[in-house]
Amino acid sequence: MNVILLSLLSLGGMGLLFGILLAVASKKFSIETDPRVETIRDVLPGANCGACGYPGCDAFAAAVAAGEAPADGCTVGGTNVARQVASIMGVDVEDRERRIARVLCQGDCENAVDKYEYKGIEDCVAASMLADGFKGCGYGCLGLGTCVRACPFDAIYIDNGIAVVNPDKCTGCGICVEACPKGLIELIPESSLVQVLCISKDPGRQVRDYCKVGCIGCRLCVKACQFDAIEFADNLAKIDYDKCVNCMVCAEKCPTGTIYADFAKRKVAVIDEENCIGCTACKRVCKFDAIEGDVKKKHRVLQDKCTGCGQCVEKCPVKVISME
Amino acid sequence: MEYIGKIFLILLSSILINNFVMSRFLGICPFLGVSKRVETAVGMGAAVTFVMAMASLITYIVQYGILEPLNIQYLQTIVFILVIACLVQFVEMVIQKSSPTLYKALGVYLPLITTNCAVLGVAIINIDEKYDLIQALFNGIGAALGFTLAIVLFAGIRERLELSDIPKPLKGFPIALITAGLMSVAFLGFQGLIK
Repeated sequence: MNVILLSLLSLGGMGLLFGILLAVASKKFSIETDPRVETIRDVLPGANCGACGYPGCDAFAAAVAAGEAPADGCTVGGTNVARQVASIMGVDVEDRERRIARVLCQGDCENAVDKYEYKGIEDCVAASMLADGFKGCGYGCLGLGTCVRACPFDAIYIDNGIAVVNPDKCTGCGICVEACPKGLIELIPESSLVQVLCISKDPGRQVRDYCKVGCIGCRLCVKACQFDAIEFADNLAKIDYDKCVNCMVCAEKCPTGTIYADFAKRKVAVIDEENCIGCTACKRVCKFDAIEGDVKKKHRVLQDKCTGCGQCVEKCPVKVISME
Repeated sequence: MEYIGKIFLILLSSILINNFVMSRFLGICPFLGVSKRVETAVGMGAAVTFVMAMASLITYIVQYGILEPLNIQYLQTIVFILVIACLVQFVEMVIQKSSPTLYKALGVYLPLITTNCAVLGVAIINIDEKYDLIQALFNGIGAALGFTLAIVLFAGIRERLELSDIPKPLKGFPIALITAGLMSVAFLGFQGLIK
């Protein structure tokens, strides 16, 4: 009995003593941390992807609280997180549009030819060191999945020999942009529905030899674009996303199908004829002659001619035109 | 003079001959777990050295100050675990306050040591070998240095293994275990060092 009591007391006493000691120590040695770090950390996505340039969400939160990182530095969280972080920090952030990664190459197994058979390490960086890769095109996607492995969100997959980004999963963190040895991946604003899916700077004749869907530098798109949104340099067309209005005319004109447009999302202007005052402002601004009607009369949109550029919507003084 | 000689002997034997990882097979978990890079291995080694030296001292005092007089030596294991866990917590707090740089360098390894059986092992061996306080302290330091030596060597080898051409079935952990075994055989060579 005595032994049990003795051991109980000594062990219990020791436990109590250590407990008190630790409690006192934790008070005495407590570190004062910025309470904002914790609150910022809570609103972050917690993916620890490192796209912000810090080792993880904890480090980013600490950097924001210390004023070293911008409140909208988390690309993954997007506007929503940026706004919450900004409200914790008491600063304002501008709304930034969500951007999505896009692989600028369509040269899959059917469309592009290889110049040799590659049997090395399954990695784009390794492959591209050997005469710019095995693809006939020195600019094209090698499809060995360096970006797939780099993506922390499982948003990229290889389809028929080229990498494809799943826009629903993509957070626009930009890690794949850094990973791609060919510099083929670009972050494109979500609202932009038209893209030139080629970065080859080779002359047209050469491109024709190795790829069915490469930009051959014919400049048809440049001529077709009514909004001056396509720049042409180094045998390659490039869309200025700030100027592009998603009219998709360039994609219709492109002979090789290099320019991609999401035609499923194409809209047409519709005039609410009840309220149209017949001012002809829309008719004058339309670059495709898609609106008909006389002064003081109701105007009508010719559905087959309308490209959905949306210029008339902005021009209409009584705001009766909508995109559908 | 003879005493200093004995302490030196204890130190040497716990580093090389009775190396905790290689011949006593204690602390295998961190030995395999945190030996992927030399840098982290050094960090772990430093943290273990610190904790083992402290634990040797405190457990010695507890053993001869509390357990022996009360004749409750059978509580040794649980009391030592209690002491070590508490000690690690305390040390962590002190380091965090006094030296944030050291705290960052040790990082997660400090709390991990709580469950390192080598620490408990050295405390119990100190008692079993009937060392006095100074000898126990040096045994603790020696054991920890031996642990550090083993883990740093092992990490160095593993870094090289990453880059070498290894048959697929042996890649990763299998080859690490084989390496550990071979290292253990090599450490066996120290057995005849002291008669």
